Amino acid sequence: MRHIISLFVFLFAVWLLFSGYFEPLLLTLGLISCAFVVWIAVRQDVVDHEGHPVHLRPLRWLSYSLWLVGEIVKANIDVAKRIWDPKLPISPTVTKVPAEMYELSQVIYANSITLTPGTVSIDLNNNVITVHALTREGAEELARGEMGRRVQRVGRQP
Amino acid sequence: MQLLIDVISWIAIVGGSFFVVTGGVGILRLPDFFTRLHAVSMPDTLGIGLIVLGLVLQAGFTLTSVKLLFILLFILFTGPAATHALAKAALHGDVEPVLSEEEDAPSNS
Repeated sequence: MRHIISLFVFLFAVWLLFSGYFEPLLLTLGLISCAFVVWIAVRQDVVDHEGHPVHLRPLRWLSYSLWLVGEIVKANIDVAKRIWDPKLPISPTVTKVPAEMYELSQVIYANSITLTPGTVSIDLNNNVITVHALTREGAEELARGEMGRRVQRVGRQP
Repeated sequence: MQLLIDVISWIAIVGGSFFVVTGGVGILRLPDFFTRLHAVSMPDTLGIGLIVLGLVLQAGFTLTSVKLLFILLFILFTGPAATHALAKAALHGDVEPVLSEEEDAPSNS
């Protein structure tokens, strides 16, 4: 029930932001369409902790996002430097990163790895993420597990 | 004040374009499929991020800015999914990643 109400509020907020209409007739139509979408989602049985993760703590999520943006900027500059360097100083490496956490955290972890230029997660098996890194330093940085610890702090088991 | 905003927004847009071009150069220069994936994740993150930042500064506090930020958010969510799909397809298609030589070859299953 918590998920359904939250999904409805979220959908309607997005509807308002996208449309910018505030006349009563259009507001009513918007409410009806949001309710319709929620009804379809309930019938499809996708309104749960996975489809609509309300249990993630917003403040921690925000601080993790800001940290990730900083990491992405650093990694972008590093990869751009390497690409423009005439010697092309890369050392492609494949490593395995342990990911002992529940599914949603694993997804956040793998997506964060892929989002950071220089590292791409190519497989996830038995709580181990296989990562292709552009440089050995990138792989070592990931192996230190800083990102994994931060991801674990964001998501808790529902 | 308007001049300052214009200058910052143009720096952001030109910077974003630089990262997009760098991504293209990376695709040409890097040796194999997996390393090229790293190059294309640059336009996807900082490239689009800086361009949207510049456009938001131009649009100001309007619903247009909100829509621009939503575009950024959607790209940040879908980009890794597409990259992962490509990488996994390559792995299952038996594309061997070119690895750096100075190391004992790790098993890549």
